[in-house]
Amino acid sequence: MSSINPQKEERKMKKEPESDRRKFILNMARGVGIATLSGFIWSAYVDEAKASQLTLRPPGALKEEDFLKTCIKCGLCVEACPYDTLLLAKPGDDKPLGTPYFIPRDVPCYMCTDIPCVPVCPTEALDKNSLMTDGKLDINIADMGVAVIDDQSCIAFWGIQCDACYRACPILGEAITVEYSKNERTGKHAFLKPIVHADKCTGCGMCEQACVTEKAAIFVLPREVALGRAGDYYIKGWDKDDEKRLKNAKEIKTTTEISKRKAQDKLNGDFLEDMY
Amino acid sequence: MKTLWNNYRYLILRRISQISILVLYFGANAWGWKILQGNLSSSKILGLIPMSDPYAVLQMLFAGAVLAGDLLLGVAIIVVFYMLIGGRAFCSWVCPINMITDLANYLREKTGINKVKGIKQPASRNLRYWVLGLSLIISTLMGVAAFEFISPISMVHRGIVFGLGFGWAAMLVIFLFDLFVLKNGWCGHICPLGGFYSIIGRFSLIRVHHDAEKCTGCMDCKVVCPENQVLSMINKESLPVLSGECTNCARCIEVCNDDALGFSIKNLSKNNKTGE
Amino acid sequence: MSLSRREFLKSSAAASAAAAIGMNVPSELEASANAAEAGWRWDKAACRFCGTGCGIMMATKNGKIVAVKGDPAAPVNRGLNCIKGYFNAKIMYGADRLTQPLLRVDANGNFDKKGKFAPVSWKRAFDEMEIHIRKALKASGPEGVAVFASGQYTVMEGYAAQKMMKGGFRSNAIDPNARHCMASAVVGFYQTFGIDEPSGCYDDIELTDTVVSWGSNMAEMHPILWSRVTDRKLSDPDRVKVINMSTYRHRTSDLADIEIIFSPNTDLAMWNYIAREIVYNNPDAIDWDFLKKNIIFAASPVNMGYGMRRAGEKSVTPVRPDGSAGKYSAKEMETINHEMVHKVSAKEAPALEPYGYKEGDDMVNKPAGLKHWEISFEEYKKFLAPYTLDYVAKIAKGDPDEPLEQFKEKLQTLANLYIEKGRKVVSFWTMGMNQHTRGTWVNTLSYNVHFMLNKQALPGSGAFSLTGQPSACGTAREVGTFCHRLPADLMVKNPKHRAITEKKWYIPNGTLNPVGNQHIMKIHRDIEDGVVKFAWVNVCNAYQDSASAKHWIKAARTMDNFIVTSDGYPGISAMVSDLVLPSAMIYEKWGAYGNAERRTQHWRQQVLPVGNAMSDTWQWVELSKRFTVEDLWGPYTLRNGVKLADVRAEAEKMGYSKDTTMFEILYANERAKSYKVDLDSFPQKGYDNTECIGDSRNVKGENGEVFKGYGFMLHEYLFEEYASFGRGHGHDLAPFTTYHKVRGLKWPVVDGKETSWRFNVKYDPYAAYHAKENGRGSTHAFYGPLAKALSQGNLLGITDKKKKPLTDKAKIFARPYMDPPEMPDEEYDTWLCTGRVLEHWHSGTMTMRVPELFRAVPEALCYMNPKTAEEKGLKQGDLCWVESRRGKVKAHVETRGRNRPPRGLVFVPWFDEKVFINKVCLDATCPQSKQTDYKKCAVKIYKA
Repeated sequence: MSSINPQKEERKMKKEPESDRRKFILNMARGVGIATLSGFIWSAYVDEAKASQLTLRPPGALKEEDFLKTCIKCGLCVEACPYDTLLLAKPGDDKPLGTPYFIPRDVPCYMCTDIPCVPVCPTEALDKNSLMTDGKLDINIADMGVAVIDDQSCIAFWGIQCDACYRACPILGEAITVEYSKNERTGKHAFLKPIVHADKCTGCGMCEQACVTEKAAIFVLPREVALGRAGDYYIKGWDKDDEKRLKNAKEIKTTTEISKRKAQDKLNGDFLEDMY
Repeated sequence: MKTLWNNYRYLILRRISQISILVLYFGANAWGWKILQGNLSSSKILGLIPMSDPYAVLQMLFAGAVLAGDLLLGVAIIVVFYMLIGGRAFCSWVCPINMITDLANYLREKTGINKVKGIKQPASRNLRYWVLGLSLIISTLMGVAAFEFISPISMVHRGIVFGLGFGWAAMLVIFLFDLFVLKNGWCGHICPLGGFYSIIGRFSLIRVHHDAEKCTGCMDCKVVCPENQVLSMINKESLPVLSGECTNCARCIEVCNDDALGFSIKNLSKNNKTGE
Repeated sequence: MSLSRREFLKSSAAASAAAAIGMNVPSELEASANAAEAGWRWDKAACRFCGTGCGIMMATKNGKIVAVKGDPAAPVNRGLNCIKGYFNAKIMYGADRLTQPLLRVDANGNFDKKGKFAPVSWKRAFDEMEIHIRKALKASGPEGVAVFASGQYTVMEGYAAQKMMKGGFRSNAIDPNARHCMASAVVGFYQTFGIDEPSGCYDDIELTDTVVSWGSNMAEMHPILWSRVTDRKLSDPDRVKVINMSTYRHRTSDLADIEIIFSPNTDLAMWNYIAREIVYNNPDAIDWDFLKKNIIFAASPVNMGYGMRRAGEKSVTPVRPDGSAGKYSAKEMETINHEMVHKVSAKEAPALEPYGYKEGDDMVNKPAGLKHWEISFEEYKKFLAPYTLDYVAKIAKGDPDEPLEQFKEKLQTLANLYIEKGRKVVSFWTMGMNQHTRGTWVNTLSYNVHFMLNKQALPGSGAFSLTGQPSACGTAREVGTFCHRLPADLMVKNPKHRAITEKKWYIPNGTLNPVGNQHIMKIHRDIEDGVVKFAWVNVCNAYQDSASAKHWIKAARTMDNFIVTSDGYPGISAMVSDLVLPSAMIYEKWGAYGNAERRTQHWRQQVLPVGNAMSDTWQWVELSKRFTVEDLWGPYTLRNGVKLADVRAEAEKMGYSKDTTMFEILYANERAKSYKVDLDSFPQKGYDNTECIGDSRNVKGENGEVFKGYGFMLHEYLFEEYASFGRGHGHDLAPFTTYHKVRGLKWPVVDGKETSWRFNVKYDPYAAYHAKENGRGSTHAFYGPLAKALSQGNLLGITDKKKKPLTDKAKIFARPYMDPPEMPDEEYDTWLCTGRVLEHWHSGTMTMRVPELFRAVPEALCYMNPKTAEEKGLKQGDLCWVESRRGKVKAHVETRGRNRPPRGLVFVPWFDEKVFINKVCLDATCPQSKQTDYKKCAVKIYKA
């Protein structure tokens, strides 16, 4: 573990009491040095381990950063899950060790209406309050992730009448809808393409499990990974609900390459020097 | 048979304690038993009484987690419990790593590694306090419970309850480290959880008491003790073991053929001045 | 060859426009994409699954099928497929494929009914079958030998089985699982048109303005057709209306402008309501010219029961004081007793009032057969009087939470859409209207509305029965593998029809058995009664797909009989059997299917069967070698006293000897041998042909020797002989070889041209001919020949027995709303409806073995309304019991997802052998069509 030998140092100290103080200071310095070094390695490992952003968490999980702070890795949620959906990350799973997660392709979250995994959490890393609608647990507002479709390999986009994901969706018609469009090639068939609505999708992964392609063409990613963000400075004029985003709108200050200098500096700059 | 029981009674009881705790946890996950759910990080007895690892919670606190009420109650229960029965009783009666390190130590003794001349113990027992401190610093900096990310203890008990993954590697590393590198290396030198319980254990009521008058100075107890620095009074003074680093494993009591060692309740008023 | 994107779009749009109006894309002479040098071979085939009849192409590599693609040239699907079709390449290669005959034996290897299955040779298998068939014939005569046949038989298999059963064994106890799926449609066609199968075709979809789906979840069960409906809707969203009529919400509602959730069985009332709207409130909409030239009105008895067991039958005797009877519990008898006497309910009383019944009356039921008689329009009008909007809305509203006024409005809109002048309407239905204790009735009621408005048999208009199975039309119906049928709509009951058949089959006059009453439920019941001693399950899963399943399984396992199952995989029927035969699956044999729009499609054997599996055709032909003229053609007396003549002497006159085998007579005769094996020319060149030339597996046959093939082109012989029945009689099929060049043809194929709209003078040469003959100058001629002379009467019965001919006319029937025999009561308070899911085919023997489909839908769920669940103390995902008077199963509760029943109804699909819902279902049938009603019985739901 370390090359330091404080015991030896101790003994030396005893032998040469006159240099006790020097030795002590040196010792401390070495200790701090070693600690710093191992601290860096340790931190680097932790940083690496928690950087794995593709982990799907149980319903009600705090934001990943807070979740990692708060989860005590006790596995009570895993034990509470009636479908063996939840797993506790073990070494080699490439997930923050000991934290609960699930792989929807194997076992999706079945979206139990009583959400048994959440109330058992001792640390509130799975936050019951985030799953409450009108004072009742509501799994439909869970946010475990969001389903994403690869329209190259999704056979519904080829015109195959599939929609297995759509029919598997527990909030079918809201989280996944079918978009109809004409198949001009055949002239008489329609495409029935699944469309995920990120605002309704809970990321349960029943679609991913049901997907009939060899590797799922619809799959769940953590929302942070899967979605872009349009910015709160433009509100859809045709959508009353979109006003809600105004709440997050902040004071705007912009800097670009051209505007980074103060106005006065720019005016006094040398721009005009070779203009005339 | 009787001497066998006499010489190993605490060892047997400790193994029973360690194993049954693991079995209960395992049963909770595998078969839905309700006696003891979760794992050593946090668990519930009969679905009611919460227990949480105070060191893990301390790290979470440093990491900046908001601590839930239930969690604090669990911590309080554990802290009070170990304050009463001896902080490091966790290490010898509960922690599954103890079985690994005991095995390593046993083999070290049997194969004579301990007797090889010139082999020095290359590290200080105070190292664990450095690790403990470092873990809190990294927890603060990285915003996660740092030791929980690398803790081989958790890997092992979680592994046994929820699936091991590469957790066996952690077990092997500790075993080999203790066997070849450092006697009582993990538990006696590095483990910050042991360090943490050492600190709590300073206040505990149950103590090993030494009766110097009966002592013949055979020093069997010091040989067998994994933390033999706590037995500094042997053959000198009739004193209880006062150091928090004592794990209350009772091996010294078992090996003492002179009845010079036994458990007693600490008399606070009488002995508090002696300290370590 | 650089086509710009713009040009490409333009040309493909033109091509698709051509496709849309039904132009034939020139068919390649030989499936041209024959890329032998690339290591694989493409060849056309038909999809294995539903009645849509999609064309596919199979890629074969090293003797195995490795891939599939939709056939871009196939007019039905234009290269597309649904997800079942998408997995055609995988269905034959499940890990537990049956590869060897398996027989239940004791420790010494002797047959033992209670023994375990052990592999035996084909020879041994045929030995055992021969022994037990002889035993059965001795004990019960021809009625003791039965076959559970199939709508998934290839045309040739069905024909081979039919010949041996009816011509060889003289047994009419061969009935297909299509009985469970299409029989009501068939009787509806017979009674209305005098000939089976739809008048229209799929092109109606592109041409119509209105699609009304009655009891059909097209979105899941006919996905490719649904995508065509969707396309039509997209083409003109304002004009085109889609209406979904169902007892629960399902995916077909997604596209619907109107969704009508109705109470089970009230489709009868709603059809009559629409008819009443026409007759009473919109008489101008009636096309009297069309009606007078083409239509008569008819009625039939209403007290005909519900197709259950009748008092006095062996297994319901004796009746005990506790109400139980024979093998039936008191609870079961509560329902079965309705078969004899039914108390008229308040719900049905108004509808039965014109028939002289009122609420509380005992209706004494009598078997009525298919009897019907002509009535006047005034009688019909009188019959329609009760179906006011108020009455119909009251009894038909299926969602207790829907406001009555809203429901009325929807019904009114529905009627208006049908009636609207110039609006084309297609009514589609499937199992909702067929699996119905009044299935025949409701089928005929659909035509009533279309006829009165002259919206039948016109491009874009018509009532159209969608088929469930890939060859329910092509084989079960057209070949006639029903107990009462012979090929091409000939009937076993009709001596002329029997004579035609005997002549074509070169068998003695009088060989064929005139009594054809052993329909599929009757076979089950006859096994339970101890009459049928030998039963053979062919290409179906008779023990999973039949209602009241526990009775039939118990009878098969505990009584003195011998059950054989030929299958690709070990399903429930195989488990119930005494002998299991490994069958070649679809692309391991030459075959042909006929879809719902009368399209016949052929394919060639693509690969050799796995293991020792052999085709069902081969199994029948091999079995025929075991029986001679002497064995089978002696005299018999049937149960009802009808005598079958001894035709052995007649046979000798025909040149057969006592020892001539059925093989020589029925299959390997001179006509057969004229169809040559010709491996050098199309279509045989380059393709395996196990039955005709044997194959490299060297499977040992019936005699224990390596089977080297029959030496003639058996498939072509069987097809051509079968086709000869229909040619010239409105069923014309093209020559065998032609079908290998085209993507199917809709019969009648006259002068090489297929027919899209039958009975329509403009499109159907037969109609043109008949219209000319009858000289009525009509646009239509409903020339079907069956039941074309009727006695006269009124709603209550016949008043003048003299039969009046109704040449080339179709019928409008007066048929009232009636309750089903079992309805929710206090104890069994919930309706149970069963059906399919898109991902799985029937009993799941194939699709549950495709990993992707299995994962997508691994188990059958009990779909229920969240409020029903709450009432029963259940929540999403809980296990619940679904229990009827007959049995119970456990299933997980699903309150979300694809099917959303109203309060008081649950839906459980039947594909899952672990959720064996047919233990729960009631085996009540339409008394006319004998088709089981799987769509309604009463259950209770409680937590498991």
